[in-house]
Amino acid sequence: MTAQTGPDPATRDDAGDRAVPGGAAAPVLSAEGLEVRFKGRGDRGVARAVDGVHLDVRAGEIIALVGESGCGKTTLARTLLGLERPTDGRVTFEGRPLSYTGKALKAYRRRAQLVLQDPSGSLNPRHVVYDAVAEGLRIHYGVTADEKAKVADALARAGLRPPERFFLRYPHELSGGQRQRVVIAGALVLDPEVIVADEPVASLDASVRGEILALLLRLRDDLGLSALVVTHDLGLAWNIADRVAVMYLGRVVESGTVEEVLTAPRHPYTQALLSVLPEGGVAERVVLTGEPPDPTRVPGGCRFHARCQILASGEADRAGIADRCRGEDPGVLPAGSDSHLAACHYAALGEPAGT
Amino acid sequence: MSAGPVERPPGEAGGGSAAPASPRALAWRRRRHSLGRFWAGYRGNRAGLAGLAGLAVFVLIALCAPLLIGPADLSLTDAPGGPHEPPSAAYPLGTDNYGRSILDLVIWGSRVSLTVGFLATLMCVGLGTLVGIVAGHYGGFGSTVLMRITDWVLVLPALVLAVAFAAVMGQGTVTIILAIGLTAWPTTARLVRAQTLAVEARPYIDRAKALGGGHGHVMTRHVLPNVMPIVLAQTTLTVAESIIMESTMAFLGLGDPNTLSWGGTLQEARNAGAVSSGLWWHLLPPGLAIVLVALAFTLCGRAIEGVLNPRLRERR
Repeated sequence: MTAQTGPDPATRDDAGDRAVPGGAAAPVLSAEGLEVRFKGRGDRGVARAVDGVHLDVRAGEIIALVGESGCGKTTLARTLLGLERPTDGRVTFEGRPLSYTGKALKAYRRRAQLVLQDPSGSLNPRHVVYDAVAEGLRIHYGVTADEKAKVADALARAGLRPPERFFLRYPHELSGGQRQRVVIAGALVLDPEVIVADEPVASLDASVRGEILALLLRLRDDLGLSALVVTHDLGLAWNIADRVAVMYLGRVVESGTVEEVLTAPRHPYTQALLSVLPEGGVAERVVLTGEPPDPTRVPGGCRFHARCQILASGEADRAGIADRCRGEDPGVLPAGSDSHLAACHYAALGEPAGT
Repeated sequence: MSAGPVERPPGEAGGGSAAPASPRALAWRRRRHSLGRFWAGYRGNRAGLAGLAGLAVFVLIALCAPLLIGPADLSLTDAPGGPHEPPSAAYPLGTDNYGRSILDLVIWGSRVSLTVGFLATLMCVGLGTLVGIVAGHYGGFGSTVLMRITDWVLVLPALVLAVAFAAVMGQGTVTIILAIGLTAWPTTARLVRAQTLAVEARPYIDRAKALGGGHGHVMTRHVLPNVMPIVLAQTTLTVAESIIMESTMAFLGLGDPNTLSWGGTLQEARNAGAVSSGLWWHLLPPGLAIVLVALAFTLCGRAIEGVLNPRLRERR
């Protein structure tokens, strides 16, 4: 048995050119009106972890999903891999809705891989590196003759060289960065078409981080790999992503190409995030006030209005939209658009009508 | 720890060059390989080897018992010695109230005691582990039902249940094994379930699922190795417990009254007043035998745990 081959060559064309992500490419993985709710015990109410998200991951494209802790990024990533069932909406892979039968999920998970946030916890302490990396191969193909070669190749690709030296190490004998690379090797060994990476480099030092990011970019360029990278690090998004989706309280509030969103942010939340970057060079830092968001109590109107600096400074009032901010939901951003979108009444004022 | 995938024969890794091995042959080779690795780790544990040797000696003695002892030596009516003779050259461990050699009784009793100890433990720990892992892994309504059954068996008096078994199936050693096996598993099930719940919350379970692993894969490759310490500890406890339990059941007439076992000999010693009249040679040998078997099991269990748990291996 051989591994999954990469996608057709047509999708590779846009891979080299980051400024113009292929607008024509069909989405490989997408979320359509995805909602995930968790029922709390007692009177704690329902947490709307993901509250209506449209998101497309196209072939050969890296999307960064940024947002603060607790905004539903991880839940969205898990739902895309079928680890969480959506309450509403659906996940589609290559145009077909994800089926949750065991067989279909298994077939799907040969082609889409998850890299988890916590490298210390995501390796079984009783499995050596070799077994951890070969696990996916054994699940899908059984024990094969070229298993060792594939494992060595995956480890080398993830930057653990020479791979043979790591075969018999246990996770506790590795550093955090090495563990994370083992996890990444475990995902790469199946030659996936899509990788969903939840904070893949949060635990790594700068040198290793650069290597892992370069690896992701190389895989995208060479194999047409698509990736959704969940992160709270805007610098990381800037470095590797083609497009950025900013998430706030379960919803994508701004999306567009990385240049558009990060150089000319339109949503006040994105502006606030960018202004507090150390190297931001922005004259005025916006430190968000108000209570941190609680997914069990999503405010009415614009979900950001309670902390919005534009509303607080009275600018929205002067523009005559303060009531709409407090009472009218700006709606869910559509997927599949290449234009720079923001779910904000104030931002909408500056746009030509119809957007 | 030098063996491992690194030192596999190159033909296996290359794939194309040698005759292509069938997946099953490869799987067997891998299994043999990991067994070899396991043994290499186990061999390094001196206490584990001592435990294994102790168990082997006990089993050997039990198997050879008919060669060493004739039926006349164990006869109640025609016993070779006088009642309650202290240890001497003829009777190294003295005689019991009928005049039988205690040494002979202990050797012959090992047959039933070891059989009951091994089989009842295997059954009870196996059943408990299965129920615990399944209940912990699947969760939901089925798990609740399973755990309520477990609680129900847990509160049932084991002896009453055993008497009911004997009434249905007739007396005998098999009845005793089944009675112990079917009544003692709930403790194991509860412990294993709790540990399973803790293991299932770990991120590597999510990773295994995201890699495409099904229920069977998660339960056998991830949960089972991580609940093993509890299972092994429970095994060593249950062995000693089953051997004692056998004597209780034999005493109540659930087994064949003529069967000799360590527990039975202890029971007889008690009845003959060995405790009050200081007949230590009647009490001590069968008791020590039970302790030694339990100790051997503990040593083996600890050694296995030491091999399976990579962190422990280092500290040793």
